Amino acid sequence: MTSMSASPSTHPSVHPGAGEPLLSVRDLRVTFQRQGQEPFEAVQGVSFDVRPGQTVGLVGESGCGKSVTSLAIMGLLPKHGNHVSGTVDYEGTNLLTLSDQEMRDKRGKDIAMVFQDPLSSLNPVVPIGIQVTEVLERHRGLSRKAATPVARDLLDRVGIPDPDRRLKDYPHQLSGGMRQRALIAIALACKPRLLIADEPTTALDVTIQAQILALLKELVQDTGTALVMITHDLGVIAGLCDEVNVLYGGRIVERGERHELFAQPRHPYTHGLLASIPRLDAPRGQRLQPIPGSVSDNLPWTHACAFAPRCSQPIEVCTQVMPELEEQHGRALRCHNPVEGHR
Amino acid sequence: MLRFIIRRMIQMVGVVVVLSLLVFLWLRSLPGGTVSAILGEKATPERRAALEKALGLDQPIYVQYWQFAKRALHGDFGASTKVLPGTDAFDLFMQRFPATIELSIVAIILAVGLGIPLGYMAARRHNSLFDNGSIVASLVGVAVPVFFLAFLLKYYFAIKLHWLPVSGRQSAGLGATHTTGFFVLDGLLTREYDAAWDAIKHLILPSLALATIPFAVIFRITRASVLEVLDEDYVRTAESKGLTSRVIRGRHVLHNALLPVVTTIGLQTGGLLVGAILTERVFNFGGIGDTVAQAFEQRDYGVLQVCILMAAITFVVVNLLVDIAYAVIDPRVRTR
Amino acid sequence: MDNPLNPNRKKQRIDDLAATAGTGGGAGSVAVADLTVGDAGHIAESTGVSLIASAWSRLRRDPVFLLGAFITLAFVLLAIFSPLIAPHDPTAGLLLKEVRPQTNPIPGARPGYPFGADSSGRDIFSRLIVGSRQTLIVGVMATLFGFIGGLTLGTLAGAIGGWVDSVVMRVVDVMLSIPSLLLAFSVAAIAARPSQWTVIVAIATVQVPIFARLLRGSMLAQRGSDHVLAARALGVKPSAIVFRHMLPNSLSPVIVQATLVVASAIIDAAALSFLGLGNPDDRQPEWGQMLGKAQQYIYDHPALAIWPALCIIVVALGFTLMGESLREALDPKSRR
Repeated sequence: MTSMSASPSTHPSVHPGAGEPLLSVRDLRVTFQRQGQEPFEAVQGVSFDVRPGQTVGLVGESGCGKSVTSLAIMGLLPKHGNHVSGTVDYEGTNLLTLSDQEMRDKRGKDIAMVFQDPLSSLNPVVPIGIQVTEVLERHRGLSRKAATPVARDLLDRVGIPDPDRRLKDYPHQLSGGMRQRALIAIALACKPRLLIADEPTTALDVTIQAQILALLKELVQDTGTALVMITHDLGVIAGLCDEVNVLYGGRIVERGERHELFAQPRHPYTHGLLASIPRLDAPRGQRLQPIPGSVSDNLPWTHACAFAPRCSQPIEVCTQVMPELEEQHGRALRCHNPVEGHR
Repeated sequence: MLRFIIRRMIQMVGVVVVLSLLVFLWLRSLPGGTVSAILGEKATPERRAALEKALGLDQPIYVQYWQFAKRALHGDFGASTKVLPGTDAFDLFMQRFPATIELSIVAIILAVGLGIPLGYMAARRHNSLFDNGSIVASLVGVAVPVFFLAFLLKYYFAIKLHWLPVSGRQSAGLGATHTTGFFVLDGLLTREYDAAWDAIKHLILPSLALATIPFAVIFRITRASVLEVLDEDYVRTAESKGLTSRVIRGRHVLHNALLPVVTTIGLQTGGLLVGAILTERVFNFGGIGDTVAQAFEQRDYGVLQVCILMAAITFVVVNLLVDIAYAVIDPRVRTR
Repeated sequence: MDNPLNPNRKKQRIDDLAATAGTGGGAGSVAVADLTVGDAGHIAESTGVSLIASAWSRLRRDPVFLLGAFITLAFVLLAIFSPLIAPHDPTAGLLLKEVRPQTNPIPGARPGYPFGADSSGRDIFSRLIVGSRQTLIVGVMATLFGFIGGLTLGTLAGAIGGWVDSVVMRVVDVMLSIPSLLLAFSVAAIAARPSQWTVIVAIATVQVPIFARLLRGSMLAQRGSDHVLAARALGVKPSAIVFRHMLPNSLSPVIVQATLVVASAIIDAAALSFLGLGNPDDRQPEWGQMLGKAQQYIYDHPALAIWPALCIIVVALGFTLMGESLREALDPKSRR
């Protein structure tokens, strides 16, 4: 077990009175290696904690490594072509050292996951009912017959009307929102202690998005499940998360308690993300401020700040030295020239 | 579901009508015209005139087609001129059809029974030596002319090594009883097990030759399809549920991966009918394939028109059955 | 997935090919890590490499494609320069004195004649070399005719639309329901005097409906695509849209299909000869014809069949390897 090897300086702050972490990710690195191509490090030393019942957000635009982080925690990365290092402690066990079989026993039972696209994430040729019961059969040792009423109650619980009929339906017969509800029912079937939701609302209509978020919030509060929310949408974070990690180019650039982070973003990237959200209470005529450029403008972290080319206030050192993640009063920041003052 | 089947059957009737028109036009465009086609080149002028009148060749073409279609509906395609002179062409077809069905069933069982498991294994070991080796083998398999492969099998296993019979469906002198026309089945039904075994031995080489191409195709489709399904989000969902690999393999991977394979199996029946022409010829198997080959060589058009029409109809019917099977395993079609 | 209006799945397969510019053949094989890297891998992609450039950069490194291209190139060069390479006149009965019709009809190998001679005393080695030219002509011409026929029908149906489209596609569908070689045999049988050209036309006929459906399907798929809509919105003339925007984009599945058709045309030509429907004039040798005619002596002199068969297998394999790797390279789904 290598969980103790992480240096204390990279430890995130401990919230007073929040108890021992349920999940503790330390210096997680994921490198993709393809034949005939340069290795690509998608996640470059990410560390964060999730405490029981807490909701933690991982925010960033596509390509920042947030989904890869979640798949690495779940042990769902492809078997070949990548290398994972660091530690992922779940209740004192480093998940990265578990065998395939041991990991199978954990997945779906202790740690569950909800994916982005509910249509493609459900098996099109198997009835919804069986897709719910199979996980109960697997982890709770129920027979198909005994699992069916449980599945029915689960569908009812996630707000699917007429659950008896829906058990026999196939995914294509459900609406997008219903499918995501079914996926949530599947994920919560064995009452996991940790739920990872990877962009669970991105593929849905705006009105449905709010319903699904409300449902997730209600369920994790009722069951005491910890939630890792992966999203590019700060609106989702604002309504849901206790703590927010902002990722850029495979590294955490800012971390903080939700209210503090929203009230006073210190990293120019976070600041930019918040400034690019349309606000109803903004003065009329004020224009949105998009972040210029794209991920492809990144500099390598090794000797610069990856965000420097797109930054609104770069200084000389930004293109020469990598900023370290520094902890202060429950906030963490990786920036040479942070934004000052309130937003 | 029922509506689906009925709609497909109505379409099938349309296909058969157009098909009969094509066969009719084909028959008319044969060298020397319909009369020579049916009677052969050396018929006496009296017989030609009689047939011309009987066929109504002096009438407009749509009347001629109508006559042709009416006779065809009654199974009247004239008599065989060369293959078995004097025998009714349709009777000849029906008499020889069981042999080809028997051969095709064995071949398709071989192709499916080997192609699907090997295709799945190759996909799971993607880019391994086994995967690349079997892909190359299947490509070579498609490049080999079927009748040449049949020759090779016959030459080594029958002529050189004497392991298996050289030709035919059953050894003469066994005195086997035939009731259904399916010799293996006959042997089992009448408890003449030696006759059944003899028929099986006669089936081995031709069915191997016939199975090569469908096997290669089914193998490659299965492999490609499994590879595609392994990449699907729902397989990742299944993995995230911690399901056993057995459940993931069967319920989530294979069930989805086999959908295009089922379609392919239907399409391969067309290839089987053609392959049977060449394979049966090499082994003098005495089925439809052999008959068609002889009919082409000897230009026995009465027999040919039955065989072409029936082969195409068989193909269409098999594909209808395959589509029904497809609807059974794919709820998206069934519950539309 | 399933379209109930298709009475036949072969069409479905062709349509899929048309819509995606490639199916099967390991289509999804490359994408194992795309899901994860796709999230993080925009850095390499965003430079905007065109489809053809990226296909070429992949093909250059693909050993399968290189092997196929090498075989094909060697075959084409051999066909062009064969008269200069062949050691003997392929039509001269140089060893006719050695032929003993009763005891030994085939003169064996000897110095200067590595594979011996055929029953007319002609050098087999020289005939194989010179035969490459006719074989190439049959393969390429059959493909070309099939393509032209398919292009005419497909564009006609697609451009005029309405009842012309329905009628043309109905006939095309019925042609697809006749097992392919059976169709080729039937067309070949129409010829009063079989020749190389009747063989070519017979094989091309089988390809016409396939190309027609492929082109029409591909064009239909594009009719609704964004770049065609944009061109229409900009007021580009319909004919310009068809020829400048739709046809070029339909070409990649057609190129793939054409490469594969050359291989099957060469194999089919052998099957036609085998059934006596090939070119009876053997003064200009062709491999399929040599193989088809070798059956007469095959059990005593298998070498007579094995050499032309090997040539056919290698060349067909070359075209198939090239076609399959082209298909994979041009398939947008499997782009890296």
